[in-house]
Amino acid sequence: MSALLDIEDLEVMFGGRSAAVRGASLQVEKGETHCLVGESGCGKSVTALSIMNLLARGGRRAAKRMSFAGTDLLSLSDREMARLRGNRISMIFQEPMTSLNPAFTIGSQMAEVLTRHKGGSRTAALERAVELMGRVGITAPEMRLGQFPHQLSGGLRQRVMIAMALMCDPELLVADEPTTALDVTVQAQILRLLATLKRELGLAILLITHDLGIVARVADRVSVMYAGEVVERAPTAELFRSPQHPYTRGLLSCVPVPGRVQRDRPLGSIPGVVPAIGPGFAGCAFRSRCSHADASCEREIPRRQAGSAHDYLCRLAPEFSEPQPA
Amino acid sequence: MSVAIEVQNLRCEFRVNAGWFAAEKRVIAVDDVTFSVPAGSVLGIVGESGCGKSTLARLILGLLKPTAGTVLVDGKRLFDLDRKARARLIQPVFQDPFASLNPRHRIKDIVALPLTAQGTFSRAEIERRVAQILERVGLSAAMGERMPSQLSGGQRQRAAIARALVLEPRIVICDEPTSALDVSVQAQILNLLADLRRDLGLTYLFISHNLAVVEHVASEVAVMYLGRFVERNETDALFRAPGHPYTQALLQSVLTPEPGRGVPDIGLGDAMPDPANIPPGCRFNPRCGIAVERCRRVAPTPMVRAPQGMVECHLA
Ligand SMILES: Nc1ncnc2c1ncn2[C@@H]1O[C@H](COP(=O)(O)OP(=O)(O)OP(=O)(O)O)[C@@H](O)[C@H]1O
Ligand SMILES: Nc1ncnc2c1ncn2[C@@H]1O[C@H](COP(=O)(O)OP(=O)(O)O)[C@@H](O)[C@H]1O
Ligand code: SF4
Ligand code: SF4
Ligand SMILES: [Mg+2]
Ligand SMILES: [Mg+2]
Repeated sequence: MSALLDIEDLEVMFGGRSAAVRGASLQVEKGETHCLVGESGCGKSVTALSIMNLLARGGRRAAKRMSFAGTDLLSLSDREMARLRGNRISMIFQEPMTSLNPAFTIGSQMAEVLTRHKGGSRTAALERAVELMGRVGITAPEMRLGQFPHQLSGGLRQRVMIAMALMCDPELLVADEPTTALDVTVQAQILRLLATLKRELGLAILLITHDLGIVARVADRVSVMYAGEVVERAPTAELFRSPQHPYTRGLLSCVPVPGRVQRDRPLGSIPGVVPAIGPGFAGCAFRSRCSHADASCEREIPRRQAGSAHDYLCRLAPEFSEPQPA
Repeated sequence: MSVAIEVQNLRCEFRVNAGWFAAEKRVIAVDDVTFSVPAGSVLGIVGESGCGKSTLARLILGLLKPTAGTVLVDGKRLFDLDRKARARLIQPVFQDPFASLNPRHRIKDIVALPLTAQGTFSRAEIERRVAQILERVGLSAAMGERMPSQLSGGQRQRAAIARALVLEPRIVICDEPTSALDVSVQAQILNLLADLRRDLGLTYLFISHNLAVVEHVASEVAVMYLGRFVERNETDALFRAPGHPYTQALLQSVLTPEPGRGVPDIGLGDAMPDPANIPPGCRFNPRCGIAVERCRRVAPTPMVRAPQGMVECHLA
């Protein structure tokens, strides 16, 4: 059976000087939480926006395959895509104010989503809005209907965004760094909420983050992105137990783990930064930062299998040594 | 051991207009805070957005005048010192390395600014010191010729650190120095700050909302809530046995990279703290899961907590 969202070899270009996404492949199964992780500039948001067909002007996408529930997303007209968006696929952004209109009340914005896609009366839509706001942990939801976005705190606005994204019972929720701008306590509350919704509604979630702590706690499977490519894919526990790509290993070594940190011992780190990759580039994009790089890394790199659902893009053979105690 | 920073009963209020017809609001950003930082140590300050961390940093840097209370830096009253003397003693590193570097100047001129502002260094001396500090923070001479927009976030933060250290201050106030950076770059900058402290004997006040980072760098940690320190202790003790319910919630909300553990229920409601409207009694009571009737009437006072700390909670 094919995945709910199935992307193969996605390419995204802006202008043509450098490629933002270079052959990324990503599968999200029905009902799973799938995390897309990587440093900033790796192409996570551009990947999400290509799925929604919301790329900024000048952005062009191409792929071998890009299908959602069996529908080919690439061949949909703008109108057909607009019928899917906010309906069967919803997206929430890092900064809720980018998708809430400051001039309209919370109630009218939420109701509009439902009446546009599913019809029905405004009263029924408002009732559903109240029900969903209660569900995402907003106190006094009736009062919120009449409020404007700027009257809510950041955490409440993000909850409103989630409730709004759920108005039409989507099958897939694409969440781009939904908690990065929030305090840790609010972040924990929002992530817990997403986990509950996934469990109770069977919602599939593509969660984009740069935080490996979040990945560990909420993901079923993980795709690690580097310089526009997905360089490693694995079930979560396996990725943390035996990461294979040197980039994944590097990322994991950078994270200070509370209760296990040793002060006076330096943290692991990855030297340098994500490079901009121009057209005609060949070989491994990580080689400028990789301590294992040699001449063969300038040639085409094979995708290697490290488990039945675990693969990675590196010339090195898999290694299953016990991970070092952090 | 000598004391690098001493803060006594510090208070900072802002008056803000709430709208044309609404009454003026009083925001109490820092509410009667007292603490000291021994020379050579790192005091970490954690707390949610808006709890007053940056305001406290600006008060200690002398960028903001307190409503009440005193700040002593290296034993001297902050407001007895002129700007130049203050700059030689204490320097900031801020969160957003882009906003804090002048976009129209070359990196080496930005780093030289504190020296030129002193007016006592020769051109040759300035060039020598700038070259030395750029190398120390890991920036090449070629980087010094670039404009801020031509550097990555991590390189810009290195430049901001070079600028803070070029006058060889004793104390550096770091306000979220790595919050805008990726974990990989964050690790580079944290390692650099740790090396510099050790080699130069610096004292840091280190503000962050990331508890894992604070645990890694700080010798002592203070937890701030609505303008007050509600708990303070040696780092290991605070992380091992947090006394305040808010500290406990903060610690629980740290998502360590341990698969399978899920996201904990930290038991705080959605009532958000508002410094223009500090609740009577214990300021944490509307969100506290174990509050009792007394918490809504009587504000808790600081109680001693082993080995070196204090906590403000009736039930701790
Ligand atoms: N100049 C000002 N005028 C009015 N209010 C202010 C001013 N500066 C700060 N405040 C208010 O004081 C409170 C504390 O702000 P502060 O910037 O110190 O918070 P913080 O703990 O640094 O938060 P963050 O984690 O978001 O950086 C906030 O409510 C803020 O809105
Ligand atoms: N509208 C745009 N025009 C040109 N380049 C863009 C645009 N949006 C993103 N990019 C580039 O695409 C790359 C990936 O960006 P993005 O997907 O936002 O990264 P991430 O979300 O992983 O931080 C970056 O190099 C970025 O500069
Ligand atoms: S292919 Fe080469 S450069 Fe790339 S990650 Fe593997 S060893 Fe490093
Ligand atoms: S004093 Fe009361 S309300 Fe405040 S933290 Fe302690 S138990 Fe909670
Ligand atoms: Mg992004
Ligand atoms: Mg601040």
